[in-house]
Amino acid sequence: MIEVRGLRKTYKLRIGGQKTSVDAVKGVTFSVPQGGVLGLLGSNGAGKTTTMRMLTTLIRPDGGEATIAGADLIRDPGRVRRQIGYVAQGGSTWDEATVREELLMHARMYGLSKAEAQTRVARTVDAFGMTAYADRRCRTLSGGQRRRADIAMGLINEPRVLFLDEPTASLDPAGRIEIRDQVRALREFGVTVLITTHYLEEADALCDRIAIVDKGSVVADGTPAELKSEVAGDVVTLGFDGGLDAAVKVLDGAPYVNALRTGEDKLRLNVSSGSRTVPAILRDLEAAGITPATIEVHRPTLDDVFRARAGRPLQES
Amino acid sequence: MAVLQGIWLVLHRQLIQLIRNPVWILVGILDPVLLLLLYAPLLRQALGLGSNGEAYATFVPGLLVMIAALGGLFQGFVMLTELRAGVIERSLVTPIPRVSLLLGRCLRDVVVVLWQAVILTLLALLFGLHIHVVGTLVSYAVVALVVLAISAFSNGLALSVRNDASLTPMLNSLSQPLVLLSGILLPMALAPLWLRDISRWNPLSWAVDAVRAAFAGRIGDDIVWQGLVIMGAAALLGLVYGTRQIPRSVR
Repeated sequence: MIEVRGLRKTYKLRIGGQKTSVDAVKGVTFSVPQGGVLGLLGSNGAGKTTTMRMLTTLIRPDGGEATIAGADLIRDPGRVRRQIGYVAQGGSTWDEATVREELLMHARMYGLSKAEAQTRVARTVDAFGMTAYADRRCRTLSGGQRRRADIAMGLINEPRVLFLDEPTASLDPAGRIEIRDQVRALREFGVTVLITTHYLEEADALCDRIAIVDKGSVVADGTPAELKSEVAGDVVTLGFDGGLDAAVKVLDGAPYVNALRTGEDKLRLNVSSGSRTVPAILRDLEAAGITPATIEVHRPTLDDVFRARAGRPLQES
Repeated sequence: MAVLQGIWLVLHRQLIQLIRNPVWILVGILDPVLLLLLYAPLLRQALGLGSNGEAYATFVPGLLVMIAALGGLFQGFVMLTELRAGVIERSLVTPIPRVSLLLGRCLRDVVVVLWQAVILTLLALLFGLHIHVVGTLVSYAVVALVVLAISAFSNGLALSVRNDASLTPMLNSLSQPLVLLSGILLPMALAPLWLRDISRWNPLSWAVDAVRAAFAGRIGDDIVWQGLVIMGAAALLGLVYGTRQIPRSVR
């Protein structure tokens, strides 16, 4: 349903009179089958939004190609537009308009007649559980309600592909849960979804496949389970109230440690078996006179995958 | 989707939003009404004109072009608000023709200014202005083109700079010379030759002269068709420029 091959975008900037160019997206390749949900996971500035804006015809790629619902992105953007819905990161509702007015306007921009648009909007308001506030002005709504209206607008033309750019960013925790439930419910519409996020839990919970994007390239691609199994064994995280450097000296090169990373007073070790290794770790630290403040054993998360691929944690940068 | 259908869709929505907040229509007309009531009598004395009616015949056309220019010039700020709200971005992923996104908004300004122009004309009639009906309608056509040109340009500029901090000084520094060099407040015929030469390069001065001639019923004068053609060309240029800026506003 979505086929992307080597899509590129370079921005020319002028910084202090000096012309430079920034490769925002350096040739990404991925595909999403009909009805699939692919997540582009990456930190801010990784190129996720630029990729999405290229695929939604908002900006013109500098190279590469893409086919969306059978329409060629470069040669036939008009046909792409008719088949897709898009929910932008910053929202798209006008403060002074009501939800119903916004939905109607959006439906009619796809060329629907007034009567068709009204029927479809009534159905959508119902399906999205927005009856209680459909006739209120958007500025009076909560963040979650407004986002729900954005998503409803993205689906108003009954698209075959829906693009969701950071759908839960800037929402409070309640709104985030509300919108995640809404996105999960999209499966019932049978729509193919491309979603960008920098929340690991979100990618894990919502997507059947994830492409990890870093510095403009896809660095890993697979189902959440596949990606996690790439980081073999378990992860042991040790917390310290000081003495981190000494602990690194002791554990770096220890026979049971496959990989070691530090950050925020924490030490993360990749080991083959957490439960078997913890006693050895404690014994060796004890021998050097170091006592960790906390110790935690867990299966690898997407964060560990990201760290392994990008060489740094997702949330920093 | 047809362009006309798109224009109507955008214009209709804009007008509904405007009616909801009609204070802007009043604010836009307060200045010219005050000028009409408090400045025109002064003008009559200064120019040694026989009656208020004669002063109005000179002054009202200038005011009409002024409300047209100012009614279009600051519309870029509305566009900026819509840009920030994401309304433009969401419109651009739909198949609606790009030109209708701009033209629908500019026509909203044309509607507002024509409405103000009618109020202003009626007020001046009360105070003794004599008008020529066909001439007045021709003047309104020139006024509409002025709004179209300036609003399109202002919207385009807003989309290209994309922030208030840059747009405010740009528009302010444009508005002064545009108004001063157009003969809006006093006819350019009173200006020294060098000033008149400069004002020839200001399309608005052609518009003012055309509106003055048409208002007085001299619709056959060359200046009338010249004003229409010049402002028509300016409107076309503004619309081409503004429409080109719309897709560039999303980066």
